[in-house]
Amino acid sequence: MLYREAGQFKTSYAADQQLFPILQDRIGVISLLAVAAVGVPLIASDYWLTAILIPFLVFALAALGLNILTGYAGQLSLGTAAFMAVGAFATYNFHLRVPGLPILVSFALGGVSAAAVGVLFGLPSLRIKGFYLAVATLAAQFFIPWLLVKVSWFSNNSSSGVITAQPVEILGFVFDSPVRKYLLVLVVVSVMALAAKNLVRSSVGRAWMAVRDMDVAAEVIGIRIMRTKLVAFAVSSFYCGVAGALYAYAYLGSVEPDGFNLDLSFRILFMIIIGGVGSIMGSFLGAAFITLLPIFLDIVLTDGALWLGLNLPSGMTSMAQLVVFGALIIFFLIVEPLGLARLWQIGKEKLRLWPFPH
Amino acid sequence: MQFFFEVLIGGLLAGVMYSLVALGFVLIYKASGVFNFAQGAMVFFAALTYVGLQEKFGLPGWVVFLLTLGVMVLLGIAIERVVLRPLVNQPQITLFMATIGLAFFIEGFAQIIWGTEVRRLDLGIQDEPIESVMTRFDMLISSFDVTAAVVAGVLVAVLAVFFNKTRIGRALRAVADDHQAALAVGIPLKQIWAIVWSVAGFVALVAGLMWGARNGVQFALTFVALKALPVLILGGFESVLGAIVGGLIIGASEKLAEVYLGPLIGGGIEGWFAYVMALLFLLVRPEGLFGERHIDRV
Repeated sequence: MLYREAGQFKTSYAADQQLFPILQDRIGVISLLAVAAVGVPLIASDYWLTAILIPFLVFALAALGLNILTGYAGQLSLGTAAFMAVGAFATYNFHLRVPGLPILVSFALGGVSAAAVGVLFGLPSLRIKGFYLAVATLAAQFFIPWLLVKVSWFSNNSSSGVITAQPVEILGFVFDSPVRKYLLVLVVVSVMALAAKNLVRSSVGRAWMAVRDMDVAAEVIGIRIMRTKLVAFAVSSFYCGVAGALYAYAYLGSVEPDGFNLDLSFRILFMIIIGGVGSIMGSFLGAAFITLLPIFLDIVLTDGALWLGLNLPSGMTSMAQLVVFGALIIFFLIVEPLGLARLWQIGKEKLRLWPFPH
Repeated sequence: MQFFFEVLIGGLLAGVMYSLVALGFVLIYKASGVFNFAQGAMVFFAALTYVGLQEKFGLPGWVVFLLTLGVMVLLGIAIERVVLRPLVNQPQITLFMATIGLAFFIEGFAQIIWGTEVRRLDLGIQDEPIESVMTRFDMLISSFDVTAAVVAGVLVAVLAVFFNKTRIGRALRAVADDHQAALAVGIPLKQIWAIVWSVAGFVALVAGLMWGARNGVQFALTFVALKALPVLILGGFESVLGAIVGGLIIGASEKLAEVYLGPLIGGGIEGWFAYVMALLFLLVRPEGLFGERHIDRV
């Protein structure tokens, strides 16, 4: 009863085309954004902001990028972290070497650089697909961090390629405290997520899905495969690049190329598998899940061991993390291949009738 | 020139080690069409189990070998039951992602049981230059590498006989050709998959022992195993011969590149050279040197 679209008539084209056509969705999204923008900064402690909420949003953006490529366009990539690295380092260099460049423009340029690199490594996708492509993107994953370490120009000649993010300042307003950084990330991520939601229902997004579902059929109905795939790589890498820049500027403060390793790529891949492949919502759910799970496991294992009087060997929690991640991936692929987003959808369908039986 | 040959032979022999890992991938891919990302984790798990059992019970090497083999067979059967059977008929990409999950699971599981520290694995093979070669040709060739090459050769011969001469081997090839046709002529598909994963476990054990004896049994083994991926791209996913030749090419070119190209662009290129080479190769010949030409053209 709560979530029922009956009686909501669309009387104009604008009403038919809006991003959230159902009133309850609009209310939900607006109240969610309001809580995130006003409520959270009032309540949340610095620990929550810096250790959970900011990384959650940054990873959600990266997962969104990967989801565009893997979920919507069907091209598997294991090089997400490398594209994030390109975004972070490009942003750093643009901001360092072009005086007076607004930081948001630097972020965008970082994203554009990542997009260019993404297209370059996406070229093999024109000839191959599936896990062949995954191996090809591994090349990006190993090559790019190496390049960023070796060419010291990228890190302004710092030792071992570490860069320290410049202070973020927009129109004289400095984003230095956790709350301010959180708000910056929130705005960027919300805008980009809404843009992505809009994009995937446009002709571009439909072309991606057509290519994903059956490339030959897509070609027959006149979709240019080459352009579609490369656009997917470009947009996806742009999102990953901006996520990388935020990772450096709002989350960690200083990053090194080796931080953008294969593990990070896998973590983001896990986010979209668990959250939901081919779903904007899923990217957020998956990012929240993967960000919270280690903290949850840590608490459970430490407290559980204390309670049982066991002495856990060091590193046990990180090993347990691997096991739980692996098991969850297999579990989700078998039981619910569409991930948490599908569960959310089922919940919404149930809410149409609930609490009445019919 | 002497130095060149020394590097070349060293590289070729190192390539044999990659081939050992790549063989495991090929076996599973041939029989079930699954690209098993967890092969590296299985190599790690096998080596760790071997060392762990040896330390714990102090049994002679061959007993431990058989015990570990038993563990790997059990693992193979478990994987077939728990992971593969529910995912039959899913797209390849789903299976691939499932094996990534499997890899994480095995890596974590192995270290929970056996601990995280680096262990030494002693097979009683000396990792020293062979003297007769040193005096005669003035080249440093490690006897360990030569042993690894011989082991790989024997392994390939055994697998070739197994695949071509035995009943199970023929069934395996039939399954690889066409699942449904194989089922129709009465080949027990589930059993065959369990066997294939067990054989892959055996290959993983051999590879794990060789790599473990060389570098110590540690988590980094799983990264070495990733190097098998470019080997496969080069050699072709369905070909045992391709795995060997691909491994040799990758090993040799990687070492040569490191020695001759490395100083020019800053060194440390071993980490990515193989992948970039595979990437370029994919653009020219996506099915690999010996693979079957049935990749879906896009």
